[in-house]
Amino acid sequence: MSEVAVLSYGAGNLASVSFALERLGARVHLVDTAEAVAAAERLILPGVGAAGYAMARLGELGLIESIRAFTRPLLGVCLGQQLLFETSEEGGGAPLLGLIPGEVRRLQAGPGRTVPHMGWSRLEIMRDDPLLEGLGDESWAYFVHSFVCPDGPTTLARADYGDPVPAAVRMANRWGCQFHPERSSGTGARILRNFLELPA
Amino acid sequence: MTARRIIPCLDVKDGRVVKGVRFEGHVDMGDAAELAARYRDAGADELVFYDITASPEGRTLDYGWVRDIARLLDIPFCVAGGIRTVEQAGRCLDSGADKVSVNTPALQRPELVGELAGRFGGQSVVVGVDSRRSGDDWMVHQYTGDPSRSGAAGRRTLDWIVEAQDLGAGEIVLNCMDEDGVRRGYDLEQLKAARARLTVPLVASGGAGEARHFREVFEQADVSGALAASVFHSGALAIPELKAALAVAGIEVRP
Repeated sequence: MSEVAVLSYGAGNLASVSFALERLGARVHLVDTAEAVAAAERLILPGVGAAGYAMARLGELGLIESIRAFTRPLLGVCLGQQLLFETSEEGGGAPLLGLIPGEVRRLQAGPGRTVPHMGWSRLEIMRDDPLLEGLGDESWAYFVHSFVCPDGPTTLARADYGDPVPAAVRMANRWGCQFHPERSSGTGARILRNFLELPA
Repeated sequence: MTARRIIPCLDVKDGRVVKGVRFEGHVDMGDAAELAARYRDAGADELVFYDITASPEGRTLDYGWVRDIARLLDIPFCVAGGIRTVEQAGRCLDSGADKVSVNTPALQRPELVGELAGRFGGQSVVVGVDSRRSGDDWMVHQYTGDPSRSGAAGRRTLDWIVEAQDLGAGEIVLNCMDEDGVRRGYDLEQLKAARARLTVPLVASGGAGEARHFREVFEQADVSGALAASVFHSGALAIPELKAALAVAGIEVRP
């Protein structure tokens, strides 16, 4: 059975992420100390809400350096993906973990484009990756976000929301999903299973 | 862009779906979790659970029950009924709900919307609005779950939805009461007027009776989602069949 640590820091949708992992037969450990992070085989960084609040919570718990130092597989989910980047426009330039270059920006509402981007969007896979293994052309994922990560060489998959939205990213052993795999039906389950099977 | 969302709404009392439910040919007054699993398997994009007794009785949702639903579902769900404080909303979200929906408590104390959005982010905060035609305008109604207290809230619907959005709501569900349960179609005029005033997603509620009504509300009112209860519970319309009809009409839905 796979072991996975899920970071519990007061700004994440812990229950739904944990339940999704348990449905796959994983053993979930909720962790909130630097020691537990350092000892984890693989780590999920969930997140909902404001980037500034999430970073403040990670700071209060003394977790920022241990996450930066974590070199085994790490998956940031939703806000957790955004936290991997350098800064966010949210709250006027909040510093993030800085594991992937670039700034997280606010989505702009426009004709036919509501903000938040809320609902199911189709994934366009940009390059092969073990995280996305087994996904077909008709893979849909559930998104809820008002800020968007920079599109670039780290993008593994995109969603089209008027502009390209980096839906999955990777740099070294750090992956991110802008959507909620725990709420993305079979597509999400496959992605989480792929993550659990990455060599630690 | 996003697929148009099809959203069954379950009225729940003590963990049971209270309205008569007929699904795939057999009558089921079932356990809410069981029914939720069936809608998940049928291709629902999201579910709303409305605890119909919580608000009138002045109590809140059963968090253990929210947890059971969260354990079961791999699609998003929203809970509504009796949420009046940040603490209560937090317990729903911590139990695994993706969104909370507030209605009458937000009318009584609009700051609640801002408090919820500030703590959890607007994406988790839905404002439900019960609206009824009044002359050539529409007015908000409150306590609609309790016939003895139900009545006009003294606000114009089109003002209140904009105020709720400005306070931080991430989505508006507009329940058009004149059409509710009648199954002759969504209130396209009202929904179109509401859509034009909002930048957040708008979900239509009230009046769905057949596949054509969903098509009309997506095409004409440009809503992000369509919520319905009796048309699904009665077995009159199955979600796979509805989605197939929408896809044929060129409306993007999740297969």
